[in-house]
Amino acid sequence: MTAMCDVAFLLLSFFILATKQKPPEVLAVKTPSSVSSKAAPDKSILITLTKEGKVFLMLGDDTKKAAIIDDVNKTRNLQLTPDELARLKKAEYIGVPFNMLKSYLGASSEIPATTLPGIPVDTANNQLTDWIRSVTNVYAGEDQRKLQEMLLVKGDGEALYPLFKNIKSAFKANEIFKFRIVTEGESVPIGSELYKTGKSKEN
Amino acid sequence: MAEMDTSSGGGHKKGPGVKKGKKLSTRVDLTPMVDLGFLLLTFFVFTTTMSQSTAMNMNEPKDEKDKEMKVKNSGAMTILLGKANQVYYYYGQLDPNTVSEQFKSTTFKDIRKLILEKKNGTPIDDLMFIIKSDKNSTFKNAIDILDEMTISAIPPGHYAEVDMTPVEEMLIQQTETANGIK
Repeated sequence: MTAMCDVAFLLLSFFILATKQKPPEVLAVKTPSSVSSKAAPDKSILITLTKEGKVFLMLGDDTKKAAIIDDVNKTRNLQLTPDELARLKKAEYIGVPFNMLKSYLGASSEIPATTLPGIPVDTANNQLTDWIRSVTNVYAGEDQRKLQEMLLVKGDGEALYPLFKNIKSAFKANEIFKFRIVTEGESVPIGSELYKTGKSKEN
Repeated sequence: MAEMDTSSGGGHKKGPGVKKGKKLSTRVDLTPMVDLGFLLLTFFVFTTTMSQSTAMNMNEPKDEKDKEMKVKNSGAMTILLGKANQVYYYYGQLDPNTVSEQFKSTTFKDIRKLILEKKNGTPIDDLMFIIKSDKNSTFKNAIDILDEMTISAIPPGHYAEVDMTPVEEMLIQQTETANGIK
């Protein structure tokens, strides 16, 4: 019995320690589920759509993050000071319109994500297009397939469809036709066509 | 396991009428502890594999006005997503005279059967599912219907997301008021 107990707790502690702790999420999003079985990559350019319809951008590739932000500053003529740029590069996510970037970066205390307005994506003023343009500019010489795999959209199930459409049009405006959607894994329903063929989602 | 000597050290003898105190074993029963250990173990094993988020591929078509795809009426099924997770559908093209018979409402639960029926009853080359999302539908609805396409193994290129026409929007609104969906 003692040996069994030892084994059980050894395995238990191994699993607890070996599991990667989920990074605390700034933006609580409940994603829809899909039967896709491919795991979402850790390193990504993630666009988050919250329940309230706000859009946030997270530049997860640290090697390119600075270049992307510099590029946006240049192409949109934001005239951010080196100090402000440094602060923006350190920020985990971007969730303010261009005209608010200066005041956001100048704020003495950190503004909670829930009170930020998000990046405007409406048809008349889709600033996400500018962000994605800078992303494509920076990745221009790189493997495009790699970039496609990194582009992720993570949306709350309750967010309204037109917002998602706006995000799609921001991609399309930059000639990006392939991206991926973060979903919760789900088992294939028994008896369905997909179940019979036994093929996982590969298209 | 460590044991403690509980026998009284002194040679204190009790009288013949006094019962000897029974020596109790100090070994602890480990079964509940092992149970708990394995319970936690199974819990962790399961939760770690389950919470893995997955990525679904999205392929958007290029917007080319001159390259509009022609779809056979016999093979087309239009699926419309409305508010409150409602699904509407019709086959072929909407005919003003028979709109009320063509335009039907359903739910996400039943749509799988309808998709499969359509798939099995149509030559694969003619098959086309046209998905249109209303402005009141949610992101979840849009993903769910794409997932339904995958579940029913509709080959890529045989379903497409298209913008809704004003007529369809009106029809949805009418049906919603008639069915009392808010």
